[in-house]
Amino acid sequence: MSAEKPEEKAPAAPELSPLLEKVLARLGDRVLERHTARGDDRIHVARERILEVARILRDDPELNFDLLLDVTAIDYFGQPDDFETKLQVWDQNRAVMRRLPQRRHELVLPPRGPEPRFAVVYHLTSTRLAHRLRIKCRVPEDDPKIASVTPVWPAANWLERETWDLYGIVFEGHPDLRRIYLYEEFVGHPLRKDYAKHGEQPIQEYVGPGAKEPRRPH
Amino acid sequence: MLDPERKNPAVPIEGNQAAALEELHTPPMRLQFGPSHPATHGTVKITLDLEGEQVVWSDVEVGYLHRGFEKECETGYYYQNIPYTDRLNYSSPILNNTGYCMAVEKLFGIATPERCNYIRVIGCELSRMADHMLCIGASAMELAAFTPMLYLIEGRELILDMIDSLCGARVTTNFVRIGGISADMPHNFPEFARPRLDRALKLFEDADKLLTENPVFRQRMEGTGYLSREDLIAWGVTGPLLRAGGEPYDVRKVHPYLVYGELDFDVPVGEHSDNFDRYLVRLEEFRQSRRIILQCLERMPDGPVDADDPRVRWPGKGRVFNRMEELIDQFKLVTEGGMPPAGEVYHAVEAANGELGFYIVSDGTGKPWKCRCRAPSFSNMSPLSKMITGGQLADVVPTFGMINMIGGECDR
Repeated sequence: MSAEKPEEKAPAAPELSPLLEKVLARLGDRVLERHTARGDDRIHVARERILEVARILRDDPELNFDLLLDVTAIDYFGQPDDFETKLQVWDQNRAVMRRLPQRRHELVLPPRGPEPRFAVVYHLTSTRLAHRLRIKCRVPEDDPKIASVTPVWPAANWLERETWDLYGIVFEGHPDLRRIYLYEEFVGHPLRKDYAKHGEQPIQEYVGPGAKEPRRPH
Repeated sequence: MLDPERKNPAVPIEGNQAAALEELHTPPMRLQFGPSHPATHGTVKITLDLEGEQVVWSDVEVGYLHRGFEKECETGYYYQNIPYTDRLNYSSPILNNTGYCMAVEKLFGIATPERCNYIRVIGCELSRMADHMLCIGASAMELAAFTPMLYLIEGRELILDMIDSLCGARVTTNFVRIGGISADMPHNFPEFARPRLDRALKLFEDADKLLTENPVFRQRMEGTGYLSREDLIAWGVTGPLLRAGGEPYDVRKVHPYLVYGELDFDVPVGEHSDNFDRYLVRLEEFRQSRRIILQCLERMPDGPVDADDPRVRWPGKGRVFNRMEELIDQFKLVTEGGMPPAGEVYHAVEAANGELGFYIVSDGTGKPWKCRCRAPSFSNMSPLSKMITGGQLADVVPTFGMINMIGGECDR
C-alpha cells in the first residue's frame, strides 16, 4: 500500500506551466507554494513580501501584470488549509461508514488547518501578454494586517476598502481605509464565517462629526 | 471621515477666476449629488466641492443597494444561486447567468454541448445589445435628449421579446443552468429573431443619427471624463471604457470561451478616451453583437443542449416517475446539490460593462465555501472621482452615464 502511493502521486506532482516557470525564475524563494489546477496558476507569498512581489510582477517586462482585477479574502474558519485534505478524509469516513457503521466513533475529523485563518487573494492579468495569475497571502486572525498594494495598482483602493469592510482585514498604508458598503458605525464584518447570515443589527447611531446631541428627557 | 483638506492642490485655478476668488474670498461650495438624483441612472452619492462651476474635490460613495449577494450564495446549493445572479446586472442578466454557470462548470470539469454554447452566445449578445441600448438611451436622456430614449426603448422591447421567447422571462431570466440551459430554443426562433433584429437595428440607427451629429450632445460628450490609457489600466477599468482608451482588451478575444473563438467579429477601439469615444464604442459593439447573433443562427448545429453529467443535470421527469434509480438521483440532487471536487476556480466573461469574473472556492460539499463576483461596475466606478475632479459640474452627468454603473452589480 505504502509502496504504491508515491507511484500514484508521481505523475500528479505539479508540472510547471510556462507562466509559473517565468514567475518562479523571477521571484525565486519569495514563492512559498505554487499550484496549477483547472488551468489557473496560483502562487502563495508571505504577507510581509507582498508589496515587493507586486512591484516585480508589474514592472518585469516578461510578466507585465499591469491590470489588477480583484482583491478579496477567504475565511478558512476552522477548516483545513485550501480544502486539499478534506476530500480524502471524507472518502475514508464514507468507506468506514459503509463497511462498519458500528465503529463510527473512530471516524477521523478533518485536520485543522496549520495555516492562519484568512487568506487575501489577488487576481492579476496582463493586457499585453494575456496571462492570468492568482496570489494568495495567509493572514492570521489575531493580527489581520497586510501591506496595501495601492502604490502599485491604484485599482486596489476600492477593492481593499471592500475587503476591510466585509472581512476586517487591515491594509497598512492604504490612503483612505474606511468602509465602502456599510456605514461606519456598523459592528462586525459580515462575510466572516462567524457572522451569522441572519445577524441583522439595528441601525447604529451616527457618532461622527456633526452628530446631533441626544435629546434630553423632559 | 471626509478629508478636512478638501482642496485638490493638483488643480490650479487660473486667470480671472483666481483673481475673482481672491477678491471675493469665496469658500468652496459643498454639493451633495445624489444618492437619488434625476440626472443619474444609479443610486450613488457624489460629494462635490465647487469653485464656481469647477469641481475641485469629490468623493464617491456606493453601497446603497448592498444586499449581501456573497453571503447569500454561501448558504445555497450551486444550482440555487443562479437566480441571484440575475439581480447583479439587471439590464443584461443572461451574461451574469452564463458567467456564474461557466465558473461552476469549470469547477466540476464539465464541457457543454455545441448547441448549448451557441444558444448561450445568442442569449449573451442579446443581453449586451439591450444593455447598450439602455445605457445610451438613459445617458442621452440625462443630457436632455429625450427622443432617442423612446427609439431605444422600443428597440430594447424587441430584444426583450426575443429573450422572452428563449426563456419565458424578459428580465429575471434564470436561463442558464449548470451544464446546460433551461430549455432548447423554440424551433422557429431564427424566423422570429431575424425581422426583429433588423427592426431593432433600424431604430438604433435612427437614435444614432439623432445623437451623433447633434452639436449639443457632442459638446457635452467630447473631451469630458478623460482618463489616459495608462491610468485606465492602473485603475482596473475594463470593458467599453478601456477600449475607448485604445486598449483592445476584450475577454471574448483574449481568452475565448463558448464559441467566440470560431465567430467572426471585431473589437472596436477608441482614440481619445473621452465620453464621446465611449459612446461610439458602444454603438459599434451593438452592431458587432448583431453580427455575432446572425452568424450563430446560421451555424447552429442540432443536438442535445444539456451535458450528459448526472452530477449536475437532473434526469427528466419521464424517467423519474418510472424508475427507482432516477428518482433517488433527483432526490439527492435536490436535497444535497451536486458536489464538485474541492478546489478553487476563477472564470471571467465579457459582460456589457467589462470583465465579469466569478471566483468560487469549494470545500467539496454542495454549497460554495465562497462565491465572489468580480463586478465590472465596481472597478469602473473607482476612478470616477479622478475623472470628474478638475472638470465642470455639468461633466459629471455624461461621465457617470458612460460608466454605466449598475447598482445591483456594483453594490452586490
